[in-house]
Amino acid sequence: MSALAEAAVDEVCVVACAEAFRGDGEILCNPIGTVPIVGGRLARATFEPDLAYTDTVSVLPANDFPVGDPDAPRVVESWVPYRTVFDIVWSGKRHVMMGASQIDQWGNQNIAAIGDFRQPKAQLLGLRGAPGNLLNHTTSYWVPNHSPRSFVAAVDVVSGPGYDRMRELGAPGNRYHEVRRVVSNLGVFDFQTDDNRMRVASVHPGVTVEQVVEATGFELAGTDDAAETRLPTDEELRLIREVLDPGGARKAEFR
Amino acid sequence: MWAGSQEGAIVAAMVDKRMTEDEVVAELKDGMTIGIGGWGSRRKPMSLVRAILRSGLKDLTVVAYGGPDIGLLCAAGRLRRAVYGFVSLDSIPLEPHFRQARQSGAIEFTELDEGAFYLGLLAASHRVPFYPTRAGLGSDMLSMNPELRTVTSPYDDGEELVAIPAFKLDAALIHMNRADAAGNGQFLGPDLYFDDLFAMAADKTYLSAERVVPTENLLDEGPVHTLRIPRLFTDGVVEAPRGAHFTECPPDYGRDESFQRTYAATARDPDAWEAFRSAYLEAPSHAEYLRALEARA
Repeated sequence: MSALAEAAVDEVCVVACAEAFRGDGEILCNPIGTVPIVGGRLARATFEPDLAYTDTVSVLPANDFPVGDPDAPRVVESWVPYRTVFDIVWSGKRHVMMGASQIDQWGNQNIAAIGDFRQPKAQLLGLRGAPGNLLNHTTSYWVPNHSPRSFVAAVDVVSGPGYDRMRELGAPGNRYHEVRRVVSNLGVFDFQTDDNRMRVASVHPGVTVEQVVEATGFELAGTDDAAETRLPTDEELRLIREVLDPGGARKAEFR
Repeated sequence: MWAGSQEGAIVAAMVDKRMTEDEVVAELKDGMTIGIGGWGSRRKPMSLVRAILRSGLKDLTVVAYGGPDIGLLCAAGRLRRAVYGFVSLDSIPLEPHFRQARQSGAIEFTELDEGAFYLGLLAASHRVPFYPTRAGLGSDMLSMNPELRTVTSPYDDGEELVAIPAFKLDAALIHMNRADAAGNGQFLGPDLYFDDLFAMAADKTYLSAERVVPTENLLDEGPVHTLRIPRLFTDGVVEAPRGAHFTECPPDYGRDESFQRTYAATARDPDAWEAFRSAYLEAPSHAEYLRALEARA
């Protein structure tokens, strides 16, 4: 059985999220959302074994266990209540993967509100930890519904600041800022351009660059030479399907 | 060491701070700034929040890692301002009554990074005017809160940082798993959250607990590290079994998800809100509330 013929888009996305953590070493891997959670666990189970892992339930589990099962046995390696999470944020030893209700070409993220924040059309989560995360350590994003409503020319509220805001801030305040990658249901995006504008790094198998451009509310760099997102290996597929998400919870994020 | 029963030991005669929910609320005043412990829909002092709802208290500023505490106070029109990093019911990510209050412009708001929020509590606890952080630089946190100021490091680096002002609280309400009558509080769950800082940041702190036990029994159920609220920072103790309902209070009980769904649905339907209010919020005491819960079955 070849992985090529068998991997579904959700599994490609899980691997693309896992790849965000490649090279991170011994830091706190903190994915938020089901696909990033499976991806973070997959990264540690395969190519990034030194990662410490949390999805913010007070302890760091050291074993591989299925998502969405509160009774799954956990081997606890440390206690990390919320206060310690903030301390780790400020220490820099963390890479968070957050969602984004809106994201723009500079990587500005909005999870706070749609419309004018003074009296929003839709109050969302609030700033949460985004302002501090971006100023202190590496951040990636997961956007399961890539459309001109999520990839926008300008976000309504900047929760997590992007590269234009950081250029304005300058040194030394901007020195820990890195938006490493954005994974959507259509492709993988990064900011590896001269002016840190968002670039198509790869499109998922079966997705065309034209589809991505159509679904994006701003001009993307890298549309001429976008690669194809790599497929899961057989071992990665086995881990996703049998160990990390046997119930298929990851599929619910795609609407 | 320092675990297990200390029964038979002679304990100093400490002041007895036990009181009722209504006696706590009688010490609060309109317009006060009140901190509420817990996190989202976790270990919230709900019997005290309901006591506020059945009192006439109004124009309150509430400072919290927000959950149904802020939602209920919004729905009942008791809030002038909410100070928060988020307001969430956890299993229901967006608090519906809070959303309505924000979207209709019914409340003033101070929305901060949730780590910066910790520093506001810490600054008040330590009686310093602010703590510095990078959180807020470059994001809209500063434009949303024009009263926030930055500060420049007095050392050679000269770095500009955001000065998170001390959250001075008139009162704090927290819920613990166990306490003694003198106000020593114990958490037995996985996270203290920031309850010790709420207690220290407030002029008066009122602690409710699942069970009030003799001081010599405080180590019966947890090690010494769980005794995180010293009586120095508490002014009143309320015994409130299931006092955090419908939020979770492990290991005593989990979240009542069914009840929470019922609560959340009241935001879409004024009749459902009225029914919820008369069934649960008008109960004249916590004991009556527990009886109403049993009747719900």
